[in-house]
Amino acid sequence: MKRKRFNYIDMVLVGLRFAIIGVVLWGIAGKFIFGIGVDYTAADWITFFVSGLSQGSLYALIALGYTMVYGVLFMINFAHGEFFMAGSMSAAVLVALPLDNAGYLQAYPIISLCAIFLSSMAVSVSVAIMTERVAYRPLRGAPRLVPLITAIGASFFWQYFFRGLFGSSLVPFPKFEIFDGKVGLFGLEFQKIDIMVIVTSIIVMVALQLFVQRTRTGRAIRAVAENKDAATLMGIDVNRTITTTFAIGASMAGVAGVLYAMVFRQMNFIMGFIPGVKAFTAAVLGGIGSIPGAALGGLFLGVIEAIGPPLFLEGLGIPGAHQLKDVIAFTMLVLVLIFRPQGIIGEKLAEKKA
Amino acid sequence: MALLEVNDIHSYYGNIHALKGVALTVEEGEIVTLIGGNGAGKTTTLRTISGLIRPRQGNVKFQGEDIIKYAPHALVPKGVSMVPEGRGVFAKLTVEENLEMGAFHRNDRAGIKEDIEKSYEMFPRLGERKTQLAGTMSGGEQQMLAVTRALMSKPKLLLMDEPSMGLAPVLVDLIFDAIIEINKQGMTILLVEQNAHMALQVANRGYVLQTGEIVLSDDAKVLQNDPTVQKAYLGID
Repeated sequence: MKRKRFNYIDMVLVGLRFAIIGVVLWGIAGKFIFGIGVDYTAADWITFFVSGLSQGSLYALIALGYTMVYGVLFMINFAHGEFFMAGSMSAAVLVALPLDNAGYLQAYPIISLCAIFLSSMAVSVSVAIMTERVAYRPLRGAPRLVPLITAIGASFFWQYFFRGLFGSSLVPFPKFEIFDGKVGLFGLEFQKIDIMVIVTSIIVMVALQLFVQRTRTGRAIRAVAENKDAATLMGIDVNRTITTTFAIGASMAGVAGVLYAMVFRQMNFIMGFIPGVKAFTAAVLGGIGSIPGAALGGLFLGVIEAIGPPLFLEGLGIPGAHQLKDVIAFTMLVLVLIFRPQGIIGEKLAEKKA
Repeated sequence: MALLEVNDIHSYYGNIHALKGVALTVEEGEIVTLIGGNGAGKTTTLRTISGLIRPRQGNVKFQGEDIIKYAPHALVPKGVSMVPEGRGVFAKLTVEENLEMGAFHRNDRAGIKEDIEKSYEMFPRLGERKTQLAGTMSGGEQQMLAVTRALMSKPKLLLMDEPSMGLAPVLVDLIFDAIIEINKQGMTILLVEQNAHMALQVANRGYVLQTGEIVLSDDAKVLQNDPTVQKAYLGID
């Protein structure tokens, strides 16, 4: 092709770019120059940022599962949000609430918390392994649309399975006294729970990165992600490595499940849907298939959700702007898919195909 | 008893009958080459031996044991290693990590380290680039890596699929020198090649494959002088 024809779709896209930049600038101007909406102090903005980081680390933890499975199978595991829900609900109903009723939870919070984390991870991992074995593995050679639809089916299966187990009403999660209230840091006040979520997530993500980079199993995962035939010829059991990948992703969803429960303290059987879709958005945002990308995408999405509404929606004079954070999240998804489909640090999809 | 015995294998891609009763043997210490044109079934034969394709008929015996029942990854500890077509190095892993992947089933850390050093001795270029990502190297360097990586599993039989493919003549010589050297150290090699000229020079025996069937087999020297082979594969009229 000698010259790229400029067609009306290009024009629409260019128009869209300017429209978005215009809206954002107009919103920011409205906020700071014309003073529309609440007048926030610098401390308020930092609080928004930190709560965004906390929410974003939850997205990041869940997004890692999407991205790792995509890395080895080129498949979007839409049942991943259900792995998160399964661990969270089971840990709450079977471990956290009984411990709380016995008074053990407040007496020995750290031990109880460990037990809750472990049980949540165990349930998430079991659910993931069963799903992989029964629903995905038999379809390994099938066209890519087939496992995608199966994943949606598996998602519904687990939702209503857990509805059957634990009922459809909201399950409360006990309050941990030690993480209640605020803590002063650098002359500012933060919610203790936000700090706890951020710190836990960072520890888990660093551990994952070390595991994938340094261990034998981690190397096997990277080898399988790159070339299954060559990995097999090295003596790597590809099926077992894929199962391990699902298990690692699910165990992080299990951690996220407990953190989510501690922040929101109310769960039910469809709690996995929205965080699951948001985490998928985060994974795409960062560049699906990339582990650092998922972490970055999650944090970015959390922060933009927290800061976006007061920053540029309030300035447009939209009432109750903070309720529109989902609009921002999914607008981000659409924009990334249009303008940068490979994500923030992802590689081009065409290269990944081989 | 031959190290490798392939008896009358029939392999298919879907409904395409790719191998129609291929039979060959490889004795310990030999270099045996399998030559033939495009689509003759050379790669299919290797993939069947290494377990990546399951034949519908026939069997493959390695050290007297039928190995068709094993998954490909389970064959590596038994002593079958393959340099795949197109090299198949892990582009996003470093040279050293690629070599470590080759030793995946081994647990002797000291031995693995020693063998990695040996690989660098065989191809000093790899030693110079051990921390470099394999995907950033030239085709020849990647082929050196693919060969040494396959040796890292301490195989008894090395299967090589077109090691000369896409390489400059200088590098082809380098790779074939390495093949001779590896063989001298006691490695048995089954070499698939389109470059029949080079392959017949290094090999002890050869098989000629045509549309899924073995049409000729003899000592490499005899095949080199065979008029039909000369005409079809060596470009001599």
